[in-house]
Amino acid sequence: MSEFLRDAIDLQVQVDAIGLGAIFALMAVGIGLVFGVMRLVNFAYGQLIMAGAFAIAFASERDWPVGVGIALCFAVVLALSLAMERVVFRPLRTQSAAVMLIATFAVAFLLQSIALLWFGPLGKTATSLVQLNRPVEVGGVDIRKITIVAIVTAAVCLVLLVALLNRTSIGLHMRAAAIDAQTARLLGVRANAVSTVSVLIAGALAAVVAVMLTVQFPTVTPTFALQETILVLAGVVVGGMTRLLSATLGGFSIGYVSGVLGGALPSAQSQYLPSLVFGLVILVLLLRPDGLFTRGRGLVERV
Amino acid sequence: MRARRALLELLAPVALVVAAGLLGTVVSQTLEIYVITALISVATVVAIYVFVGNSGVLSFGHISFFAVGVWAAGVLSIPETEKPATMPYLFDFLSSTTVGNLPSLLIAAVVAGVFALLVGLPLMRLSGLAAGIATFAVLGITNNILRYYEKIGPGLNTFSSVPETTDLLQATVGAVLVVVAAFAYQRSRFGRQLRASREDPAAARAVGVSIYRQRLLAFGLSGFLAGLAGGLYIHFIPINADAVYLDLTFITLAMLVIGGTTSLWGAVVGALFVSALDTALAEAEAGVTVLGRAIDLPSGSRIIVVSSVMALVLILRPGGLTGGREFSLPRLRTAGAR
Repeated sequence: MSEFLRDAIDLQVQVDAIGLGAIFALMAVGIGLVFGVMRLVNFAYGQLIMAGAFAIAFASERDWPVGVGIALCFAVVLALSLAMERVVFRPLRTQSAAVMLIATFAVAFLLQSIALLWFGPLGKTATSLVQLNRPVEVGGVDIRKITIVAIVTAAVCLVLLVALLNRTSIGLHMRAAAIDAQTARLLGVRANAVSTVSVLIAGALAAVVAVMLTVQFPTVTPTFALQETILVLAGVVVGGMTRLLSATLGGFSIGYVSGVLGGALPSAQSQYLPSLVFGLVILVLLLRPDGLFTRGRGLVERV
Repeated sequence: MRARRALLELLAPVALVVAAGLLGTVVSQTLEIYVITALISVATVVAIYVFVGNSGVLSFGHISFFAVGVWAAGVLSIPETEKPATMPYLFDFLSSTTVGNLPSLLIAAVVAGVFALLVGLPLMRLSGLAAGIATFAVLGITNNILRYYEKIGPGLNTFSSVPETTDLLQATVGAVLVVVAAFAYQRSRFGRQLRASREDPAAARAVGVSIYRQRLLAFGLSGFLAGLAGGLYIHFIPINADAVYLDLTFITLAMLVIGGTTSLWGAVVGALFVSALDTALAEAEAGVTVLGRAIDLPSGSRIIVVSSVMALVLILRPGGLTGGREFSLPRLRTAGAR
């Protein structure tokens, strides 16, 4: 036990956990933003990341420059996001959250099986950015460059997003739609524009995550980012979906916690890591069903 | 008139299941395998329907009860002489007991039902998205443990030497039993209370329905039936932990949603419709030649069609193929409305 604690507060483990948390936080923002505006939990978010990762692998296998690969990744993910919004999300906007969740479940499996058909179960390898995996030594701790890149990128993306939400009129519209979509529409907020923009921002974040994940896991398979997405979805609900900040904190926390547990558990027990994390998720949901980082209690209709 | 309508609501799904079973007796050996799979799917989807359909609460966790049924029936019915070779780390009481076919099915159902009740005890307090994620977490934990805990099963390996006792007759009888149980439940006062809470939680609470207790009961029953379905499955095909995880969760939920979540008729229709579609695609994969070129579709293409159909049904008919209604004849429907 004491060994576990010593490993858990080890600086190396902490830095890696924060790096993982940063990536998870970005995914949480992507999921939380779309949920806020459309009340839709996008299970297919991981498959967007997977598609972006395949785009990078595709470019890397042809020895295209890194910039082209990243551009291709953004193009693919944004195009898919737009298509998803038009074909699936928009017609289902008036349906219940459960119907929309199951619909995105279907989209997720559709994209995954297309990838399976196209690239096979073994997938492809993205090697163009692996030099970012090399460590630099800072104060006796080996930090992989990608960890620094991940933390910095996450911070920059979040600042940009906050600026967009607070300083532009479309951001104002999005915040209005998130609070009360119907009233916002009555006051002249265009629902379609708002949902398109939120899906596009979420898509851009997915592309960013795809770039960073391919550095750490260069083997891109059809189930790429699936495990991460499931964890982030859990984290977002645990944090509280009603506010973007609580959802983001939830995403970060679950990434951080799994990073610490993964780094500190002895290898014999590390195969049970998912059980531990999911067990914590259930525990938190039981104690605070409305979210760990939300204020006050949710509204339950009383009789 | 009401009694006749109720009878029809039971007989229509049962007749459909029996018809599918009879179809299995006239087709080739290969197709018979698809028919048996379809019948087990009916049992699984109806088991999920008992909770999801009646309560309106989404559950991603039912395949974990199915998996527990698979493990219980599989581990217990493998002959003692085979166990040390395939499952060397098994608990003593598991490796020294072997039970017959029917007891193993019953044990599978009971173990899964008890597991569902225990899980439901805390979880049924949740609803909405929190319930969805929590049941998902149950699925993740169950799969993780079955995958690595080798004292209770084969771990990552595929089950081997489980007696293959699930034939057409057993699968049909099993599916009919599950349908009858689901029908009896939804007509009982417990089922009606739960359905009332699905339509309007506040009003149901106002007339004294304990939503928590009714959900828990349905969850347990539904876990029991899912365990039975799992037991039938492992006596039919040797599988491993991968086969009882996300893909099966998706396909069974797809069947329920495509059929229509809120009716027993919808659950049966959805399961059989998707199975039929799946069979047709599989046959097409096996040997279709277009313009002299043999087309050999990889296994992923079936999921592509099923998930597209599911998304289409949701967009065009959010209530599913049956609109979430029970079976009724047009004449009877107008008579009832009057």
